[in-house]
Amino acid sequence: MKFWIPACLLLAAAAAAALLVKNEYFFFAGYTVLMFVVLATAWNILGGYAGYVNFGTPAFFGLGAYTAAVLFKAFALPLVLQILAAAVMSGLLGLVAGMLTLRLRGIFFAIATIALVVIMETLFINWRYAGGATGLQLLRPPPTAPFESYIKMLFVLMGAMAVGAVALARWVERSWIGRGLHAIRDSEEAAECSGVPTLRLKVFACVLSGALMGAAGAPMPMYLSFIEPASTFNLNYAIGALASPMIGGTTHYLGPVIGALLLSSLQQLVTVTVSSEMNVLIVGVLLVVFVVLAPEGIVGLWRKWTRRSST
Amino acid sequence: MIFSLDLLFEAVVFGVLLGCFYAAVSIGLSVAFGLLDVPHVAHPALMVFGAYCTWQLSTLGLDPILAGLALMPPFFLLGMAIYRFYYETFEKRGSDAGVRGIAFFFGVALIVEVGLVLVFGVDQRTVEASYIGSSVTFGEMRIPQRFLVACGVALALMATLTLYLAKTFTGRAIKAVAQDEPALRLMGADPVRIKQWAFGIATAVAALAGALLIIIGPVEPTLDRVYIGRTFSVVVLAGLGSMTGTIAAGLILGISESIVLMLFGASWAPAVSFGLLLLVLGVRPQGLFGR
Repeated sequence: MKFWIPACLLLAAAAAAALLVKNEYFFFAGYTVLMFVVLATAWNILGGYAGYVNFGTPAFFGLGAYTAAVLFKAFALPLVLQILAAAVMSGLLGLVAGMLTLRLRGIFFAIATIALVVIMETLFINWRYAGGATGLQLLRPPPTAPFESYIKMLFVLMGAMAVGAVALARWVERSWIGRGLHAIRDSEEAAECSGVPTLRLKVFACVLSGALMGAAGAPMPMYLSFIEPASTFNLNYAIGALASPMIGGTTHYLGPVIGALLLSSLQQLVTVTVSSEMNVLIVGVLLVVFVVLAPEGIVGLWRKWTRRSST
Repeated sequence: MIFSLDLLFEAVVFGVLLGCFYAAVSIGLSVAFGLLDVPHVAHPALMVFGAYCTWQLSTLGLDPILAGLALMPPFFLLGMAIYRFYYETFEKRGSDAGVRGIAFFFGVALIVEVGLVLVFGVDQRTVEASYIGSSVTFGEMRIPQRFLVACGVALALMATLTLYLAKTFTGRAIKAVAQDEPALRLMGADPVRIKQWAFGIATAVAALAGALLIIIGPVEPTLDRVYIGRTFSVVVLAGLGSMTGTIAAGLILGISESIVLMLFGASWAPAVSFGLLLLVLGVRPQGLFGR
């Protein structure tokens, strides 16, 4: 209840804003911020809880986006089904990649995920039906009833997905799965010896994380009315998904949310007011500063501060 | 498509040249990651930084290879400083160094990248030298001379490093620290100092590799993103820290890329090397020449 009431209130506020506020840009930017909330939360399930760094966010995200685009082109499938299909496809990718590399040390998994991005990008560059290197133009269907524009509808949809992703992460964190993943992060050998099914838990986390990333990517073709390999499999998604939990804090489900809200809003602001190079610099500097000075992120700082003031 | 032996031969020759180059750009990482276990994701970014420094020196009229050699001492110091910082903030504290270490180097790579964009702009840069642009003809084949030069420097670099690690006292100490750090500590040696020295060497090698990078082709600030995958592929394929393995893995990568390029076209080439990497990780994670 402590989680669901504020979450539903926030979602209702987002829907009300979508119906009342006229400025389209707000929703255009807000969609991206919410998308990074989903990506960061998804990343944290494997990266934060289990300590396996994933650079492959663009691979899962892009596979989801392309699954949605191809299904739309072939069968004009409704958006919700596109998202489900995208989640399934990216989850399968997570299963294969996880089975192959999660038996190895974390750094090998990280390298393998970089490889995954390049392989996925190459596949889609060479797939003519999906537009190849030049990309695919898509015609948006009209928005569904209460919404007057498609972007606003996507904004509310992404908000719902963000709430869903955070709820899933919260569930994982508090169940025996989360405790198992935590044990893996602290010491994999010790966890294995105490009877934690390490490989199965890691693969499960990888599948769930991948599926959420795929779902986050699914509305992207509709958002842009266009899809193209180079920008879909861009490393910037990996940067955002990795940096947000690191800045917010990896041990609590709110960490990635706080990190993503701060970082993406700042990025949106800087891209508009200064330049897009500056926004990459900000991410880099914040990442290094937090990793070095505040390893527990903002959540950790907050905990330290409340503990000090209470004693 | 007509498949001919001549074409295949040509592809293999190009692959060998390309492979030597890949081995040269990976050998620094082979020391930093393979021997020292530092998840140095920023290594390719330092290499691109080296390439830009080479470009800057070449505008003053210095030959790119000499410029690369001249850059090695300052890069050596830079590498020592980076390792010291990494050690003090992560390795010393022990637990959870994995995730944060990788994130740290990732952040450093981004900062270097943007720093280059801010100083030099996003335009591609090339260098001028007598051997760039001309080519040598063997019978029917034309080989660009810059590939031969890069290949020669690469081989010399690898031979020097292999000899250094095998024959000198410090070189053996570096190998020892990779094999068994606690044992080395029991012998009364300071593993941190040795690792710092080795990391300096790895970074110095990155400077020369950067010079080769800009000799082979134009350089842009975000070039490191492609090379993160390539260099780590070579190091993993080689088996961590194996110098002969690095050459073999570089050659395998170069030849397979060049053959795929000939058979299916440029758009398929990158997928094959990375597919190879995934295969090795799945089937033989200790690499071809693993310890």
